[in-house]
Amino acid sequence: MKFQTVLRAFAALSAALLLPPTALAQAKTAADGIAEYRKMLEDGNPADLFEAKGEELWKNKRGPKAASLERCDLGKGPGVVKGAFVELPRFFADTGRVQDLESRLVTCMETLQGFDGAAIAKTAFGRGEMANVTALATFVAASSRGLRFNLPQGHVEEQKNFEIGKRAFFFRGGPMDFSCASCHSADGQRIRLQDLPNLTKNPGDGVGFAAWPAYRVSNGQMWSMQLRLNDCYRQQRFPYPGFGSEVTVALGTYMGVNAKGAESIAPAIKR
Amino acid sequence: MNHKQPIVAALSAAALLLAGCAALPSAAELDKQALAVIKAGFRDQGIAKVDRVNQDLGQSACSSDQPPSEAVAQQVTAQAKASVKWPTGGQYIGDWREGEKIAQNGRGMTWTDSSTAAKDNGGSCYNCHQISKEEISYGTIGPSLYNYGKNRGVQDVTAATAQPIVEYTWTKIYNSKSYSACSNMPRFGHQGLLDEKQISHVMALLLDPRSPVNK
Repeated sequence: MKFQTVLRAFAALSAALLLPPTALAQAKTAADGIAEYRKMLEDGNPADLFEAKGEELWKNKRGPKAASLERCDLGKGPGVVKGAFVELPRFFADTGRVQDLESRLVTCMETLQGFDGAAIAKTAFGRGEMANVTALATFVAASSRGLRFNLPQGHVEEQKNFEIGKRAFFFRGGPMDFSCASCHSADGQRIRLQDLPNLTKNPGDGVGFAAWPAYRVSNGQMWSMQLRLNDCYRQQRFPYPGFGSEVTVALGTYMGVNAKGAESIAPAIKR
Repeated sequence: MNHKQPIVAALSAAALLLAGCAALPSAAELDKQALAVIKAGFRDQGIAKVDRVNQDLGQSACSSDQPPSEAVAQQVTAQAKASVKWPTGGQYIGDWREGEKIAQNGRGMTWTDSSTAAKDNGGSCYNCHQISKEEISYGTIGPSLYNYGKNRGVQDVTAATAQPIVEYTWTKIYNSKSYSACSNMPRFGHQGLLDEKQISHVMALLLDPRSPVNK
């Protein structure tokens, strides 16, 4: 029943997206439109399905060690899920590095369940265990819905990670000379009709870092933060960023610290 | 000899402990570490090779929240101006209809594209600029270019009086850093994103009095 509601909402949304741009503009701005779609799908965001799948993956005994992830330490102690998302990335003493949600989940899958973390990191988004990491991330993020970002910056490695992330954010390269800052360092700018959040500061509740993982209506996929960053770099015309690489984690730290006080709405629904 | 090893081990353990509560490295040291992290963070994928993170001066000078020094900015703009090649046979102005197609096309140069040839690229102009009035799906990172030629008094693109604005516009598209060291706009000619024929079509879109831009 619920799934049918989702499908109906989708049909309406797809039809709206297919309208010629002029028709859309006469009616409302893109942002208004998207806000309206979000409302329409409020009790039927397909991200719910990924959240439910993630919760099962968290609780079920899996992997070579046939263990669940219920003892996984996401930063607030073994097994604490609520509130963990809005404090990531953070420093973990056991791995000796700053980790974001997804790279931390892979660490737990490795140590608790016996999976090959390097093999997971090389798996394409949406496939095999990588799809499971995305579902797990959706579940963990959803458990902090409504909480406000408050990344720890007490450890020197966390401060260093922020500084490296800031430098990566402004780093220009590639054939088009783009950096993250090319599109995300000023207020009120757009690419075509797409609003661009200013990620050098708190861009507001549920915007930017506080919205991902998100379900993307345009391609029917669940996108994690790592995939969001990956596609930003694709459009920046950069080479391919490694999953969970230090540069991507540092960018998360930079955006997450900047978003201090922003309310998390993840998992959100996006164009 | 052997009895020294535990001491070394103890010393490195102490160093590690200290690192945990150590002060943040200097800004210059962080710059160095960030560069190493960026270089290690990417791999080749299709046409997008890791050498894309090797910066030239125009990129490295504009990679911070602070603008470069006046001296460095002047060096960047001087290098950019020197890189500009004028079109063969002085063919600055092509067909505005082709220019509109190039302005609309935002494709090219990503790791999901199959070729780096200019012919396979668009100019992505509407991503950042208003251009013709008919297209309302435009970005706002760059200034509006609606009435670009008209506002600059261009009535005949071949007239001698129009030559300065024609050359300025060509230079801006060919290498945007010629006038602004840290322009957000890609260097279309310099980086081989568009060939001179394609640039001439975009020129026509902006400057030809018959182009919808100047209506």
